[in-house]
Amino acid sequence: MGQTLSVRKLEAWYGPNKTLKGINMEIEANHVTAIIGPSGCGKSTFVRCINRMHETLPGTKVIGEIILDGESIYDQDPVALRKTVGMVFQKPNPFPSMSIFENVVAGVRLNGQRNKQNLQAIAERSLRMAALWDEVKDRLNYSGISLSGGQQQRLCIARALAVEPEILLMDEPASALDPIATTHIEELIRQLRDNYTILIVTHNMQQAARIADSTAFFLNGELVEHGATSEIFTNPKDKRTEDYITGRFG
Amino acid sequence: MSKKRRFNTSLGDQFLRLVTFLMAFSVLVLMAWMGWQMFDAARPSIHTFGFSFITSRVWDPVKEQFGALPFIYGTLMTSLLALLLAAPIGLGVAIFLNEMAESKFRAVIGFLVEMLAAIPSVVYGLWGIFVLAPWLRETVEPGLAKWLGFIPLFQGTPVGFGMLAGGLILAMMILPTIAAISREVMASVPNMQREAALALGATKWEMIKVAVLPYAKTGIMGGIMLGLGRALGETMAVTMVIGNRPDILPSLFAPAYSMAAVIANEFTEATYDLYLSALVEIGFILFGITLVLNFLARLLVWSVARGPKGGNLV
Repeated sequence: MGQTLSVRKLEAWYGPNKTLKGINMEIEANHVTAIIGPSGCGKSTFVRCINRMHETLPGTKVIGEIILDGESIYDQDPVALRKTVGMVFQKPNPFPSMSIFENVVAGVRLNGQRNKQNLQAIAERSLRMAALWDEVKDRLNYSGISLSGGQQQRLCIARALAVEPEILLMDEPASALDPIATTHIEELIRQLRDNYTILIVTHNMQQAARIADSTAFFLNGELVEHGATSEIFTNPKDKRTEDYITGRFG
Repeated sequence: MSKKRRFNTSLGDQFLRLVTFLMAFSVLVLMAWMGWQMFDAARPSIHTFGFSFITSRVWDPVKEQFGALPFIYGTLMTSLLALLLAAPIGLGVAIFLNEMAESKFRAVIGFLVEMLAAIPSVVYGLWGIFVLAPWLRETVEPGLAKWLGFIPLFQGTPVGFGMLAGGLILAMMILPTIAAISREVMASVPNMQREAALALGATKWEMIKVAVLPYAKTGIMGGIMLGLGRALGETMAVTMVIGNRPDILPSLFAPAYSMAAVIANEFTEATYDLYLSALVEIGFILFGITLVLNFLARLLVWSVARGPKGGNLV
């Protein structure tokens, strides 16, 4: 099942630039939450803080709290945290030297699972969840990079799901894909909602409207507005949100 | 129109094409010509000794008996020893510099490692004579004999000058090559690959193992092979520390000889034609071994690079 996240006074720097200026946000379990906003508003930095990926880059700094399951993530071992908080990136990044099967179970193997039958069961289950099983079941030993871009991204989703996270972060997961592959990914996200808390960064407002239960609008490192997606798109409370969704800037 | 355009390349480009082609072709010609010349000069020796030249262990210019096996053995063993020592260390240096070190250390240490490659080999040889060999004789070899003496490789009198010294000095000389090339290819691994591993809950070492090394393995092997090439042909430093005794002894402490060393040492003393011809034949064999090993290395790199079906790293 998914987990609730509470973000409190989160501030983040990238070199001398302050990219997040005190974010307070509650993220509901088993919801799809979309983060929208113009380029450079801090939306990617925000999700990268949640699995502590932001701080792996040189020159970065974070203060504030993110509470997951009653505990601050900054009190946890980042390696363990990332097994609870999975991530899918903007560009599909399967491991090129590994087969489809090896890609899916890469994370599970890191956790020490060696049993061949278990690995096979996990691979099948994860690929089914990522709606890729039927397309690849006969060529699991082919390279992960022999797949099309959309299939590679679903492979990466399967790889993230195989570790059985509770929260799934997606940083513009469909921005490098064609419309048909995007539709596949969106359907998939809708289905995954029942079991995961999903946070998706998107620059595509229609996409947010189609798949998200709630939407948060970021601007210049601040959270301007967060509410039910229908509210944000039909009746925004803040003038800046309205300007953005009606296309007046960004 | 398109047909016309195809033949309408400028005269300058055609000239450039011809000139660069001749330059590229001249390398092939030079190599074939060298090979042929050596074969031609080695003919008296090949006629006299035939195949036994590479199986015989006797090298006795006084009795006109020439067998190259001790030199072939010495060259291959010192190079192997050098690879076994330098490949893991070079890889470690590259991993440290790329994945672990702070960026300010990275540049300094990287530069110093590459400086090692610029030291002339005769300087390495001198250092080998005055520092390395005495240290091996007094400290390392007695220690190895004490703890690992049950293995024949580590038995016998500690001499200092011998196979071990040759292998060590070669290891030092090829280390910067392996480290620098491994570092370069590891730096070219896209950061997304590292993040993919980290996001799955990989530790730093697991990230290196899962994302960095597999991605870079072709290039790393290329670097190791380049190191091997240098080790096979290196003459001066090895000649100065290997002990120069044409014999095949099981101990690494014992003096040995290498193909490059015997050519450098004896060609001025080759007082009769057969002697000179035998030395040229050794050169010809060294030439052949280098070609064959490089070819095998290519095959190895190519087969490793293929990876799973449908994916090709090169």
